[in-house]
Amino acid sequence: MLDDSKPLFVAVAEQIEDGILDGTYAEDGPVPSTNELAAFLRINPATAGKGLGLLVDAEVLIKRRGIGMFVAPGAREALRQRRRLAFEDQYIAPLLREAEQLGISPDDLARMITKEFAR
Amino acid sequence: MSAIVTTDLAKHYDDVRALDGVSVTLAEHRIHGLLGRNGAGKTTLMQLLTGQVFATAGEMRVLGQSPVENAEVLSQTAFIQESQRYPDTFRAVDVLRIAAGAYPHWDQAYADTLVAQFQLPERRMIKKLSRGQFSAIGIVIGLASRAPITFFDEPYLGLDAVARRMFYDRLLADFSEHPRTVVLSTHHIDEVANLLEHVVILDQGRVLLDADTDELHDAAITVSGRAADVDAFLAGREALDRTRLGGLATATLTTRDGDERAAREAGLDVAPVSLQELFVHLTTASATAPATAGADPATDVATV
Repeated sequence: MLDDSKPLFVAVAEQIEDGILDGTYAEDGPVPSTNELAAFLRINPATAGKGLGLLVDAEVLIKRRGIGMFVAPGAREALRQRRRLAFEDQYIAPLLREAEQLGISPDDLARMITKEFAR
Repeated sequence: MSAIVTTDLAKHYDDVRALDGVSVTLAEHRIHGLLGRNGAGKTTLMQLLTGQVFATAGEMRVLGQSPVENAEVLSQTAFIQESQRYPDTFRAVDVLRIAAGAYPHWDQAYADTLVAQFQLPERRMIKKLSRGQFSAIGIVIGLASRAPITFFDEPYLGLDAVARRMFYDRLLADFSEHPRTVVLSTHHIDEVANLLEHVVILDQGRVLLDADTDELHDAAITVSGRAADVDAFLAGREALDRTRLGGLATATLTTRDGDERAAREAGLDVAPVSLQELFVHLTTASATAPATAGADPATDVATV
């Protein structure tokens, strides 16, 4: 459920980000509290809090004193931009490495991608 | 604030050094893991901190005071032991009644809920309970006592996977609502890894590792690839563990700055090392290394 290639609190933050990107958490809407996250993911509350803290620092979430955490206006678009920048490193580079190893030419790869898109 | 501080704490039994110069600081309101192989000194450390045995040397402070014959501190401390003994004629309900009187923060309603959840037959003689039901008594006391400092020493012998998970869930929920200092000693490392904020690994009476779990994620890596590439990468580095299968090899090592990137650039696959794997590698390396090199892994990881 959580990506174990990253420190746990980073994985927690990314899971919330995924929820914002796919609309699970609407802009201006609430996200789960530290304790709810900890119970749901079965992790230490401090770790859950640290994950949420990352998102507050990145201005993806806004803390409203006494009420909880909310998705910042414009957070979804900002996240999308940031993830696009990372897309090449995270997905394209490994894809090309594997393709090269298997002897798949760039043209073949492009055809495969176009075909998948059409499905 | 620190809930527990020990300095060069030692306990020797005749010529056995059960604890041999342990200095640790456990911050309050955290869940700490106290890990180690059998005989590493975990139980001895907890017995010292709860005033059940006397130290041979060294200092300790629990909530700022010495716990030795200190009723004020001990009333704030719950120690749930694997080897707890009860009088033959006792039923669970008798033990819980005593606990209710002994712990100032005891919550009877919560205790009743836990008894029901763990399906503990309160009115059966304790000596007729199964091992799992016996463990459930300790868990109920450890949680419902709400003691500012709670030690769980392998609290769930005989509990099945479902009951263990219930324990973790109840512990997390109650810890969230009533923050306190929990020291959890267990061999089920994989199961508790995500619950812990800080870990101390003891080995042969000494501290082998003392770190926040967040830092540990990057403390060690396992690299794999062509044996020649792995060998080249390991030149000048020290592996905790190496295996080889034909032309392929894997190695686990504690990392220094840049190791992970260097491994990727050398064309190796890099995988994270779980707390349990790290524990196994560190304690194995310590058991097989010459005595003088025994402390090396701890220094390596602690300086990451």
